[in-house]
Amino acid sequence: MVAIVDYGVGNLMAIQNIIKKVGGNSVIASDPAIIQQAERIILPGVGSFGYCMERLTKQDLIPVLQEEVFGNKKKILGLCVGAQMMTEESEEGGSRGLGWVQAKTIKFDEAKVPILPHMEWTDVRFKNYTSLGRGFEEGGRFYFVHSYHFEFYQARQVLATAHFGYDFACVFQRENIFGVQFHPEKSHRFGMRLFENFLSL
Amino acid sequence: MRRVRVIPVIMIDSGRAVVTRRFSKPVYVGDPINSIKIFNDKEVDELVILDITDKKKQKEPDFKLIEKMASESFMPLAYGGHVTRITEAERLINCGIEKISFNTSLFAHPDVVRELSYRNGKQSVIASLDVKKNWWGQYEVKTRNGKQGVGKNLEAIVKQVLDLGVGEIFLNSIDRDGALAGYDEILVGIVARQSNVPVIACGGACTICDFVNAIKIAKASAVAAGAMFFFKGGFNAVLVNYPDQRTLTTELYTNLG
Repeated sequence: MVAIVDYGVGNLMAIQNIIKKVGGNSVIASDPAIIQQAERIILPGVGSFGYCMERLTKQDLIPVLQEEVFGNKKKILGLCVGAQMMTEESEEGGSRGLGWVQAKTIKFDEAKVPILPHMEWTDVRFKNYTSLGRGFEEGGRFYFVHSYHFEFYQARQVLATAHFGYDFACVFQRENIFGVQFHPEKSHRFGMRLFENFLSL
Repeated sequence: MRRVRVIPVIMIDSGRAVVTRRFSKPVYVGDPINSIKIFNDKEVDELVILDITDKKKQKEPDFKLIEKMASESFMPLAYGGHVTRITEAERLINCGIEKISFNTSLFAHPDVVRELSYRNGKQSVIASLDVKKNWWGQYEVKTRNGKQGVGKNLEAIVKQVLDLGVGEIFLNSIDRDGALAGYDEILVGIVARQSNVPVIACGGACTICDFVNAIKIAKASAVAAGAMFFFKGGFNAVLVNYPDQRTLTTELYTNLG
């Protein structure tokens, strides 16, 4: 069972739909007890970083997530702002993040991109084809909506990059903690593949 | 290679998928659930669903139909039509819709638009502007399915909707609607130059070459079409179609420079 963390943000139904499509079981969970029972966790997020952090804090879900991720080493997948929150901080409103990965979230260099937000389907290149990258030898096409991106201090935590004006990290892994900048729940068979990969890790 | 979004528009009139011509004469083109399944199989970039049912017949979005449509699709979905309350907008998002497209409500309920942008982020809010040339050749923004003028010039309205916090502008030319005669590139150019958010060109597309022109010349960020994706070979044969990735790559993406 996968718990999709419900803190009042994001298109949770779409995530549940695609997990069902690939044969998985999920539950939309705002109750810490349900998150504790789940084998895996998905942390969604859309909109602004500060608003998402505020909601997650107000719902008092950070302690249970910390315990499940670091104490019980459960695999967790952050989506879009859900993944950005796993970094130390964001330039968006100068908010602090969860600090689970050694990275920060920075704004796209406006001088180098055609327009913001980056709201397009973009090719994602995985560095190797294990973990979340399994089956993406020919690349993958994913739907992105964001104006901020991850900036990692250590390249080895970066699993894939995409290009918008310049190359940026869009998939990361630190042990049992995974994050993607794009919306796999809205990315057809490429997204299905990614969820299959996460569910079989 | 930069991709741009190529977006089919499904118009719904009393639960039926239709294509209109200059916002009138709706032609039945199929069951919307079936249409969405075909577009999903064709892996389209995104879908815009517009419910144009007369508001005398329908007061709020058809949530049942929308939820069914959303559960069938694994691409971004935008929905517009009969959204006048924040509770309706949020219910749509809970059904699996990413973006709410506002037209009449931009002017009748601007507070709802602003509130949705604040709560869910700009990316979830589209301003849908229906534009028609008047007798003097000036562009006029219309609401209520093209029936009523807003009474301000185009530039002032674009500024006004951007100030509401919309994340995209869906720009539909009433004159080109269903005409399969190419986009109104002048109109698209005027709005795209003024807008700091993506502009989706709609109305008139017939060929991929029209997409290239809308993006390269008129500076649209994305392109949308209805009739082109529902008819094959003029208006006679209904056949849901969408270019494959190879065609889009060779004829569109690589021509954007």
